[in-house]
Amino acid sequence: MKISSGTVRLIIPAASLTLLLAAVFYMQPRAMSYTGLNLLFNLAVPIALATVAQMLIMAVNDLDLSMGTFVSFCACVTATFLQASPAIGVLIFLGAIAAYAAIGVVIHLRELPSIVVTLGMSFVWGGLAVLMLPSPGGEAPGWARWLMTSRPPFVPMAIVASVVIALVTHFLIMRSSVGVLIRGVGGNVRSVERAGWSVIRLRAGTYALAGFFAVLSGIALVGLTTSADANIALRYTLLSIAGVILGGGEFVGGKVSPIGAVIGALTLTLAGSFLSFMRISPDWQIGAQGAILIVVLALRLFLNRLEKREKSR
Amino acid sequence: MNEVTARPEVVAARGIKVTFGAVKALDGADLVIHAGECVGLVGHNGAGKSTIVNVINGGLAPHAGEVLYGGNGGQHGISAARASGVRCVFQELSLCPNLTVNENARIMHAELAGWNWRVRALALVERQLQDIFPGHGIDCDSTIDDLSIAERQMVEIAISFAGLRDKPKLVILDEPTSSLDAGLAAQLMTYIRRFVGEGGSVLLISHILGEILSTSDRIVVMKDGRVVADRAASAFSTRSLVEAMGNVVREQEWLRSTDKRGGEPVLSMPPRRGQGLAFQAHRGEMIGLAGLGGHGQTEMLLDLYLSRNSNWWPARRKEIAFVAGDRGLNGTFPLWSILKNLSIASLGELSSRSLVDRGQEGMLGDGWRKRIEIRTPDMENRILSLSGGNQQKVLFARALATTARIVLMDDPMRGVDVGTKQEVYDILRAEAASGRTFIWYSTEMDEIRLCDRVYVFREGAIVAELAGDEISEKNVLEASFSGGEAA
Repeated sequence: MKISSGTVRLIIPAASLTLLLAAVFYMQPRAMSYTGLNLLFNLAVPIALATVAQMLIMAVNDLDLSMGTFVSFCACVTATFLQASPAIGVLIFLGAIAAYAAIGVVIHLRELPSIVVTLGMSFVWGGLAVLMLPSPGGEAPGWARWLMTSRPPFVPMAIVASVVIALVTHFLIMRSSVGVLIRGVGGNVRSVERAGWSVIRLRAGTYALAGFFAVLSGIALVGLTTSADANIALRYTLLSIAGVILGGGEFVGGKVSPIGAVIGALTLTLAGSFLSFMRISPDWQIGAQGAILIVVLALRLFLNRLEKREKSR
Repeated sequence: MNEVTARPEVVAARGIKVTFGAVKALDGADLVIHAGECVGLVGHNGAGKSTIVNVINGGLAPHAGEVLYGGNGGQHGISAARASGVRCVFQELSLCPNLTVNENARIMHAELAGWNWRVRALALVERQLQDIFPGHGIDCDSTIDDLSIAERQMVEIAISFAGLRDKPKLVILDEPTSSLDAGLAAQLMTYIRRFVGEGGSVLLISHILGEILSTSDRIVVMKDGRVVADRAASAFSTRSLVEAMGNVVREQEWLRSTDKRGGEPVLSMPPRRGQGLAFQAHRGEMIGLAGLGGHGQTEMLLDLYLSRNSNWWPARRKEIAFVAGDRGLNGTFPLWSILKNLSIASLGELSSRSLVDRGQEGMLGDGWRKRIEIRTPDMENRILSLSGGNQQKVLFARALATTARIVLMDDPMRGVDVGTKQEVYDILRAEAASGRTFIWYSTEMDEIRLCDRVYVFREGAIVAELAGDEISEKNVLEASFSGGEAA
């Protein structure tokens, strides 16, 4: 039976997650428990949501460099307005999502590079976050706290949440017809245009959807940390891009995989814990994390090349 | 003929004019397609075939003239064309490579909305594929990326002919058989006749004249943006069709220099993919690469370039210079000055101890500005301040200013006006006389006729070599179309 290229793309991320997990369990057998797993993957939930948001942007051949500051901004809104007066908080989030849609429209209409526009927007979100919370503080809304710390039977919340995120986004992006159109824009804009669709609406919708997932990421993050800070999620920009790529996505061509993206986010979170267990000093951790990324990506490149050679034969 | 014209018009385009910069792509072309007929459209590169297709399918608004769908005018655009049942299979594949076959069908057919669309899309494509290409063996759940080129083309054709509620009225096929083998092409032609017999219409564009002659009811020949012949297919033969496409009566404009083939070739290459003829170039020769666009000429130039230059580590002294065809894509540095754009390829010679000698650079610029008459008051002006033709001259100067003895040119005269072309031709001739070798891919017959020797390409291989007086439009056309007789 022929394996589709989509499945091949999922093998590497799944294998690397399994390998990392096995290594962590080998070094620290106590992690093989309900609490251990929850601790290992707790912080993966907001990262997974941010990765899904980034994946949507990358599905239409763009890149969002404001993801980190936007999630920080959403975290600040969650810890202040959403907690104090939920109605205003929800309104702010709706406005932020509309802003994302507007960014999509501007990028499409003016044919601007998304990198430049989102880099500019990152200062806007960062500034707004600082205005709201000049110093770390705020408080998580009770329901967010409850959701993130609830203890479902048998499987820890972090795992349940990851699986739910993966399945919901898989259905949305890979199975529904909206998802087909979004990926179609990434694959061949002209073809979508020639079929009579409005690409500008599709792009705006994609950006809005990405904004929605980033909002969820901010709420989930505050649910875990109980308070917020204007710089709380700055590293999410690069983590989310790395997560998408690690999960088998590509920068151009509309080739994305939601399940892969969630696995990528889990792998990145786990890589941090793995390095701590290895007693690598924090000074070296970022470099070591980069090394893990390079190894996985090299493996994928190798597989791609094998696949291509197979095809040309 | 009377019987055909009595049928209702599906699409009528009259007096269409389209210009791209200095180039007149369409110069008052008329094309009327009636229900229940297959119209063949032929013409050489740049004759305006693809442009008129784009006007008809709504992707391009004409600068003059009118397009009527089913007798109604007024609206123009992609949605209007689709609403009138116009579908198009493009020359370059226009499926989304990252999606599966049924997902692509979903994009092309908006009416596949709602629950369970995957199953319905699958059934639709599978039925249509079975209808056109019986026994195709394509798995409609696979990603387009995983299909071969021929399979992709089959899928695209099937999706375009398929229809749930509204069947297509007119299907435009732009080179539909370019990657199908003879058996599949025959299946497609049979289906076209059946589709036409049921009252649909087809606009068939192909460089395989055999197909056009056997399948069409009527053949329209285009040349230089106009329709030059429009007759029933039975009135044409392969020979008369080739003659209608080209201008056979034009006489030679200047005397060709003597044969320069002698001594060692400066550049040679074995037959491509083991097919066709080998390539050789001698000192001082001007060699043309002819044939229809996209039949392997650019790949040949790149291979020639890489045969002398490493892809990894640039050589210190370059033996080969390259003049790019697509200025915007890989020719100019749009933010740089004219001078910087000119001197970039010779910085090695202009610098001492890794620092560029500004004085020498300026001298080089002034010299070339006089020599090829770049029309600018100041070489420090931005390159984009020049007209397209003058930008192209700068790119020529960039290549000629180097010490390279071989210059490769990738159809560099696209969109350049006639006056500039003549100036550049003179420079090229002078340079060739001084011993430089030029290898020139061109889609324009006038340029091909300037060459000492011409290789004609078809399907990635050299199929003919013409030298001296053999180089004529008729011979080149015959060689590039000769697959037609076999089909």
